[in-house]
This record gives sequence, structure tokens and C-alpha cells, in this order.
Amino acid sequence: MSIKGQAYIAGVYEHPTRKADDKSLAQLHAEVAKGALEDAGLTKDDVDGYFCAGDAPGLGPLSMADYLGLELRHMDTTETGGSSYVVHVGHAAQAIAAGKCTVALVTLAGRPRAEGMATGTAPRNYGAAAPDVQFEYPFGPTVVNQYAMCAMRHMHEFGTTSEQLAWIKVAASHHAQHNPHALLRDVVTVEQVVSSPIIADPLHRLDCCVITDGGGAVVVVHPDVAKRLKRPRVRLLGAGEAVKHQMGGKVDLTYTGAVRSGPIAFAEAGVKPSDIKYVSIYDSFTITVLMTLEDLGFAAKGQGGKFVADGNLIAGTGKLPFNTDGGGLCNNHPANRGGMTKVIEAVRQLRGEAHPKVQVKNCDVALAHGTGGSLGTRHASATVIMERE
Amino acid sequence: MANPQRTIPAPPSNPETTAFWDGATHGKLLIKTCRACRQTHYYPRALCPFCFSDATEWETTAGTGTLYSYSVMRRAEVPYAIAYVTLDEGPTMMTNLVDCDFDALRIGQRVKVKFTPTDGGPPVPTFTPA
Repeated sequence: MSIKGQAYIAGVYEHPTRKADDKSLAQLHAEVAKGALEDAGLTKDDVDGYFCAGDAPGLGPLSMADYLGLELRHMDTTETGGSSYVVHVGHAAQAIAAGKCTVALVTLAGRPRAEGMATGTAPRNYGAAAPDVQFEYPFGPTVVNQYAMCAMRHMHEFGTTSEQLAWIKVAASHHAQHNPHALLRDVVTVEQVVSSPIIADPLHRLDCCVITDGGGAVVVVHPDVAKRLKRPRVRLLGAGEAVKHQMGGKVDLTYTGAVRSGPIAFAEAGVKPSDIKYVSIYDSFTITVLMTLEDLGFAAKGQGGKFVADGNLIAGTGKLPFNTDGGGLCNNHPANRGGMTKVIEAVRQLRGEAHPKVQVKNCDVALAHGTGGSLGTRHASATVIMERE
Repeated sequence: MANPQRTIPAPPSNPETTAFWDGATHGKLLIKTCRACRQTHYYPRALCPFCFSDATEWETTAGTGTLYSYSVMRRAEVPYAIAYVTLDEGPTMMTNLVDCDFDALRIGQRVKVKFTPTDGGPPVPTFTPA
């Protein structure tokens, strides 16, 4: 069963807050749900499928269905960290194609800033029962130093430079200047990125994404529902997902799960990388973007550094405009999970609703890609391809 | 010049891995070899992650290997070097690099195991330039 043409993204909403001291977690989920449903022209009572991940409070869909007042006949709690919501879009399309629901709501929310979480620099510990913890946690694996080991190896094997990585942040900052909600709106230079303090060699402070509160939601619907709504129609063409890990000790930090999720999505969609007019690429760190672009086929392996340099990712001047909202690097990385905002900006581009300064001309086919977990240990990659109908 | 050593938290062992940490306490770095498919793996499991056989057995390594990648965590109370080391027996493992000049580390350099005490648990296998 293919999802091609079986479902549409009818509504999206990104919460404008970046620090939610005065809101509860459940409230943030409700506010983004309301926003996305209103964007679609639907109501809460139209929702019969609900998707959430580990950021949802309590017992996930049970607590949230209760709080939101939803009557559901389908739910999915696939948890793959920050890529969960990209996975959810594909799963929602599958559920709709299988007749399990007609209006699927996906929500994400979190408040790591309000809670003062040391997101990237405190060692992560998923609990003693996680089989890897005793062999990793003692060595202080943080989010930053795990990705940094990927960058270090990429530099060693392919000659990638800090200046090339910096161009990814520079491009994101060029886009963020036009986004009034972006946390960081100042345009930065390569020099500013490489002279910012090192967090974990070779990654600088400005190679890292922002930490923000807030969230977002997406509404995926059956074609019959999409046809009676007034919004521009965004049709799902293909979706792919993959897990990559340490392979029993055959560790290879030079590639990501996108080498598998990408080809699955492209094959289902029936398009190739050269057909894609805009990409939303998960950008927890600059190195995440570089490796993902290689693995999705936009650049040859090892050539990502040359590909991203000299503004090639900047809308209007570059060949492959990316993350035109400013991405996780400058705009928003709500709940430390960037997959949702990747889908949202891709939908804005396809609808022609991105900021005029960054709107891609004739944007008919777009790709959104999520990375959850850590490229340095184990992660889930998810790719969705969609088109303007 | 060697860098000061941060306090390493104790590894939470379990019945599946008791032998590994007993080995560490006696200065031995153990990995698992599968009798069915003859492949070695890390971290150690009861069932082989390559062929799913339960005929896995502990093997004592030489404790030597090559630095695959590393990163010095500068934004920490006591900076430290996280690393992946590829053992001469095959598997690549996460570790720390200790008793070394962080600025002189190079991918591909030879390293040898040196067990480092933890906060209330068995010592963990860290590595130092060979």
C-alpha cells in the first residue's frame, strides 16, 4: 500500500511563544491543536485520530484525549525523539489510507527553557534499564559531544571545515531575520560562527540549535475532507523512516539513517532530489544538516561541505533553499524536538505562505526530514515528500 | 600535559553484564564473541545482535585499539574527552581518553585501555595514548 495521494496536510500551526513560563504543558498542546484545526477550517469534533510522542504529558494519548475532549478511533504514540512528528505524518497517511481515521491531529509541545533544562551539555541518561546506559553514560555523552564526534570524523575523512559548517548557520540566520517570532534574528557571518566559544570540539556555540518552549501541530486528512476545505491543498507523496545505531560495534559516524529513509520516500513519491524546490532539514547542529543533505542525495558523500558553502542554502540566491523560517538553529526548536517545525515550514512554502523575502518561487514539491535521538549513537530518520496540488 | 579527571558516575550493571564489570574490576576488558557466527560485538549482549544465537561467550581483549573519533567537552566543569575506540578485536566502543594532552589527540592514533575508578561502582574502561 502506498500513501501517495492518500492524504493531505490540511492544517499547520507553530506556537508563537519561545518561553512559556505562564503556560502548562497540556495547555501548550491544546493551543497548538486549536491553531492547526482553525488553520484547516476544522473543529475538534472532526478529529478521529490523534498522534503524540514522549513530550505529551501523562499517559500520552489517554491523558491528552481526556484533556482535549477528543473522541478517537485511532491513536499512535511512536516515539523517535525529535523525528517523531515527521514519522507521525507518514503514519497518519497510512492510517487514513487504511480507513482507520479521516482527520488526524499531531501535536508537539514542551517547555525546556521555562524548566531550565541543560539540554545539550548535560549527559543524557534514559534510565538504567536502557541496555546502552552502563556502557555509555559513565563517559559523559551529551547531545553536543555525540554530534561533535560525527563532525570530527567527517572532517577527518572528507576534509570538511568549520567554515563550511558555519555556512549552514549563516543561511539559517539570513532566513530568521524575516521571522518576527524567531528567537535569534541577527544575521551572522562565518567569522562570527567560528569565533563563538567551542562547546565540544569541533562544534561552536553557533553550530548548535536554540532551546525554546512552545510547540506545533499538524492536521492530516483524507482526500475527501481536503476537497471541501478552503486552504491550498498539500498532498503527501511519500514517506520513509529508518533506524540507525551502533550495529553491534560496527560504528560508522559518517552517515545517517537518511540513506535509507530518503530512498524509500523518493521511490514512493516518484520524484528525485533534483525535483525538490525546498527542503526542511533537521538542524539540531550544523553537522546534522550537512550529513543529511549528503545522505538524501543532494550532495555526494563527503561533498556536503562544498555544497553548503557560499550561501547555497539561502533562499533567493542559493540552489537549495532550506529552513526558511530560520530553523532550529535560529527560529525554534520546541521541546528540543525539531521535526514538527520542519513539516510546518515545508507546508508554508508549498502554500506560498512563507515570508515573501524567503518564499521559493514555483514551490511545487518540498521535502521535510527529521532526525531523532543522536547521530553519534542511535537515531531515527524520517523523510516526507509533499506537493502543492 | 595531563588534564584533571572528572568524577565518573558508577555504571548501573545488571545480571546480563555482571561478568563484564567483574572483569573490569580485575583489569580485564571483555567483549562478547558468538560461537554460532564467530562475530564479536559490543556492547555485550546475551543474544548475538548479528545472528540472534544465545551461544555468546566472553572474550578477554588485548586492551589495545585505534582512536576512531573523539570530542573534548569544553563546556563542562572539568573538561573531558569522549571517544570511540576501535579495538584490535574488531568492535568499536564508547569511552573516555584520559592521562593525555587533549590538544595532541589525533584520529587514528594507537591507544590502550586504562581502567578509571568510578563514584561507588566498578572501574570503567578508559583509554590513554599507547
